[in-house]
Amino acid sequence: MNKVLKLFTKDSITLPVIAIILGLLLGAIVMMVGGYNPIEAYSALIERVYGNSYDFGEAIREMTPLIMTGLAFAFAARAGLFNIGGEGQFMIGMTAASIVGIHLHGLPAFIHAPLAIIAGAVFGGLWAALAGFLKATRGVNEVISCIMLNWIGLYLSNLIINTFALQSGDTRSVDIQPSASIAISWLSEMMGNARVHWGTLIALLAAVFFYIFMWKTKQGFELRSVGFNQDASKYAGMNVNRNIVKAMFISGAFAGLGGAFTVLGVFGYQSVMASSPGTGFDGIAVALIGMNNPFGVVLGAILFGTLTYGSAGMSFSADVPPEIVRIVIGAIIFFIAAQGIVRWLLKPFYAKRKKEKVS
Amino acid sequence: MDVLTIIGQLLNTTLVFATALIFTSLGGIFSEKSGVTNLGLEGLMVFGAFAAGVFGHYAQAAGLDGFAAASIGLCAAIVLGIIVSLIHAVASITFKADQVISGIVINFLAAGSTLYMVKLLFDGAGETELISGYSRMPIPGLSKIPLLGDALFNAYPTTYLAIILVFVSYFVLYKTPFGLRLRSVGEHPSAADTVGIKVNRMRYVGVMISGALAAVGGATITLTTTGTFAHNTISGQGYIAIAAMIFGKWNPIGAFGAAVFFGLAQAVRNYVQLFAWTQSIPPEIIYMLPYLLTIIVLVAAVGRSSAPSALGQPYDPSKR
Amino acid sequence: MNTATPVVELKQITKRFPGIVANDSISFKLFKGEIHALLGENGAGKSTLMNVVFGLYQPEEGVIEVNGKPVMIDGPNKAIELGIGMVHQHFKLVQPFTVTENIILGSEPNKGARINYKKATEDIRKLSEQYGLRVDPNAKIHDISVGMQQRVEILKTLYRGADILIFDEPTAVLTPQEISELMEIMQRLIKEGKSIILITHKLKEIMQIADTVTIIRRGKVIDTLKKTETSPQELAEKMVGRNVSFKVDKIPANPGEVVMEMKEVVSKNKDGMSVLNHLSLQVKAGEILGIAGVDGNGQSELIEALTGLRHVDGGEITLHGKPITNLTPRKITESGVAHIPEDRHKHGLVLDFSVSENMVLETYYKQPYNKNGFLQHDEIDKKAQRLVEGFDVRTPSIHTMARSLSGGNQQKAIIAREIDKNPDLLVAAQPTRGLDVGAIEFVQKQLIAQRDQGKAVLLISFELDEILNVSDRIVVIYEGQIVGEVLPEQTNDQELGLMMAGSTVKRGATHE
Repeated sequence: MNKVLKLFTKDSITLPVIAIILGLLLGAIVMMVGGYNPIEAYSALIERVYGNSYDFGEAIREMTPLIMTGLAFAFAARAGLFNIGGEGQFMIGMTAASIVGIHLHGLPAFIHAPLAIIAGAVFGGLWAALAGFLKATRGVNEVISCIMLNWIGLYLSNLIINTFALQSGDTRSVDIQPSASIAISWLSEMMGNARVHWGTLIALLAAVFFYIFMWKTKQGFELRSVGFNQDASKYAGMNVNRNIVKAMFISGAFAGLGGAFTVLGVFGYQSVMASSPGTGFDGIAVALIGMNNPFGVVLGAILFGTLTYGSAGMSFSADVPPEIVRIVIGAIIFFIAAQGIVRWLLKPFYAKRKKEKVS
Repeated sequence: MDVLTIIGQLLNTTLVFATALIFTSLGGIFSEKSGVTNLGLEGLMVFGAFAAGVFGHYAQAAGLDGFAAASIGLCAAIVLGIIVSLIHAVASITFKADQVISGIVINFLAAGSTLYMVKLLFDGAGETELISGYSRMPIPGLSKIPLLGDALFNAYPTTYLAIILVFVSYFVLYKTPFGLRLRSVGEHPSAADTVGIKVNRMRYVGVMISGALAAVGGATITLTTTGTFAHNTISGQGYIAIAAMIFGKWNPIGAFGAAVFFGLAQAVRNYVQLFAWTQSIPPEIIYMLPYLLTIIVLVAAVGRSSAPSALGQPYDPSKR
Repeated sequence: MNTATPVVELKQITKRFPGIVANDSISFKLFKGEIHALLGENGAGKSTLMNVVFGLYQPEEGVIEVNGKPVMIDGPNKAIELGIGMVHQHFKLVQPFTVTENIILGSEPNKGARINYKKATEDIRKLSEQYGLRVDPNAKIHDISVGMQQRVEILKTLYRGADILIFDEPTAVLTPQEISELMEIMQRLIKEGKSIILITHKLKEIMQIADTVTIIRRGKVIDTLKKTETSPQELAEKMVGRNVSFKVDKIPANPGEVVMEMKEVVSKNKDGMSVLNHLSLQVKAGEILGIAGVDGNGQSELIEALTGLRHVDGGEITLHGKPITNLTPRKITESGVAHIPEDRHKHGLVLDFSVSENMVLETYYKQPYNKNGFLQHDEIDKKAQRLVEGFDVRTPSIHTMARSLSGGNQQKAIIAREIDKNPDLLVAAQPTRGLDVGAIEFVQKQLIAQRDQGKAVLLISFELDEILNVSDRIVVIYEGQIVGEVLPEQTNDQELGLMMAGSTVKRGATHE
């Protein structure tokens, strides 16, 4: 446990905290400029999320896929890769889970549901591994190929749902088999029918897996080594290309799981999407807030989920446009990305502290 | 409709879609040639489309005619685009933030803040009020040529402007001292530094030009296609513009060709239903086409030698 | 004492970086028409000082005077304006640009809004005739030779009207012929009224061309001498700060059987050119084989091919008679090859890993460091602790990031790790590059100790002195081929230099 705590070294904990405070402050200023009362708005936000069990359950529902896409980005980042394709991997994961959930009949739930989840993970992983493969074999920059794969993933998902699983006369798929559902009905009933599901537990386990795999295993050692220095890794006898593909696969599997949870645990079907859901992109912000640390990602997802889910309450009771939270989140990741700005803003404080130490 | 008319119209629609992509991909080139990756093009387009919608509306409400109001919207887009691009510039150039993340921040901010302001300004509505925008400007004489007249010479003024800018950009980048310096900063910043070129200043300029051009690209969509700004006015064009820039090997003429090609892929959607043999193709396949082709081109291009060598790396003078 | 006004005078320049004083109150005078050498070890502060003169760094204290007037040089622009030009060690040339574009960059002649390329080409042609600097104005940088690239660098300064030229380690990448051409060019520049500061750590060059020499050690000026009044021995002692023996202590070698053999090895680059061209050599147990050659003649490729980092297109490499050609780097390591890489930051270490993690960079997957896929951190730390103590790696802790170690300690860490593998063949590529004299001695002693234990050692170095002092046998590489073999005690700089330039004179004893 001590070592887990050590992971949050001083800088990696103070920086996001300061960035979050600055982001919230900036949001407050924007609200004031718009003529709203920020204190009222923020308390409405908190009230909405933590006020009753239904909304709390729904907020957890909101956070769960963010944990997964956040882990996806963070995992690849630890291996030196920029997986901004979480979006596409999420959709492909949805689609794979939908198809397995819809088209396999007569399986018991303890086989069908895990199978559908695994399908989501595997296909999400393969979708990401494709970008890894192109980078490893042809030197194609993964940022660019991921952007392209996001769009292809969107249209491919729609094509598959339209062709193989369309509810006639509607723009969504037919329902998945009940045996593929991962909803926790008893808990759901207790929480006023909030859509809670087993995916949340899997997401937390995924964070633990991430930590153990990355810092405790031989394979994690290789991934981190490749992430820091490909040339030295090659020199040390590691297979760099295989590690790139492997890292992308695991990363994409996280995102794909997030997609699978959304189908199997929340909606029970898949819509034909007009545009991509954005969960993958939000995962980038989550990972940045969490400093690419798996437990940081969970905290980041809690913050992000609270803000986005609570924003509805904010607009309801304080009449503030919910888009304000996107500005807040944008500002937070801006301050985290441009750490120099935070240090620069805090310089006077640091200087003061040093002086105090001397005297 | 005869085939010639259809082709003429198809090409015309192609250019309408391509216009925004041309502006934006040119913008991308100026930023990336200076060594700064700009994934924020999408967000900059959003800001441009927003500014055009808002200022176009107020100008029109003040009694200006369609063209004048639209032009005010366009100018507002340029100003806002430059201001927003400075966020990217400050973070990634001055404070050496990761350029990819900094670009993503722009996209995040764009989605939230524009809609927030629209709701503030238009009493909680999700979009700006409809404006007339630019009308088509047939070129006398030339627009009467069969096929070509329809295709090329009956376009919006923004389309002509875009095509002119392609050549201006080429000239600026490859024939002027400014262009040589901008490219040197993106290829070998410390070489530029040692001959007295202010590396970071050049990069600021590159990013600001990209902000202005991408915003104009976004504005053209409001001013010629939708007439209003809403959350879905810009949906991925910025990313296609990035694809066009890469496809065109960071060269204005190449990016122009790629933008026209992607415009065609978008335009074709509307014409697919016209022929029996094309109806059997699922539309998703056609939607995917530009992205698939970009990947294929990237895979085929061995070694990405056309990308500026210092792209994505902040300049640190102590490491020279 | 010269009473004329110096063209450049530095008065008590002090430049500090976090943790170190790079230049400590340095004073220095350059007179018109002289070549003034600045001599010092790696890290002595020569380059920092010249970057101050060129406006890339601002000194904390001190005054710079140009032609007797105090000046503030706040950037390269100001330096250029004052007539100071710098020929950088790592050429500052934009690869995809043409020679002309590189020369005019930042000072382009205009015709309206356009660059006037015609005028530019004409001006460059005139300059290159005046100073005897042959270049092709329309060639792209990536298509021309290193020698021509350096001429472009010189032309860049002349085009800007420089009268004071700073040459930063200009011979490091040149062949002996190119070096003598450069010497001629420098003399011609002096004749045309220019003044030159030559930064170097090579005594030979100074004795050959300089008029005056200022020796810097640890950021301080030790002495300024006329070349005619000094000797290489004196210069060396002043540079290092104590008596230096040019000879390394070692007992005669006792070579045994052949450990590694390369037979007719061919390797091509991506343009299809043979960078290793039917190269053959043998290394025996208990000997150090030195490979001499000018940078870029296939040394790096030889090592890459041997260690599995480069594909071999023909021929065979054997270790104890067993083929290791085109095996993976891991297989080759496991069969008994250890490798101290040329670039310790690029290949040798993962700088963001701890010292401890770096110590198992090649063995993390083996027992006892790995059990069932899980790393055994206790075992890893135990090993790291043992190596850090055994090889005197100065680090605050084994959990310190490798990045924060000094260059010498980083190199010690690598050597500790490689020697600990108990290899049959130790490949050492430029093992002393960038190190100070103390670290250099440590490294060389380790190599000799390995030899004395009966290991085969393959040493590659661009420093002829190192090759001559450490090796038991020397082969010369030129354009991807071994062009000759000599024994260190029977050869000298001149002969080796000729062979390195491609002359195939074979003298001295070969074993066969």
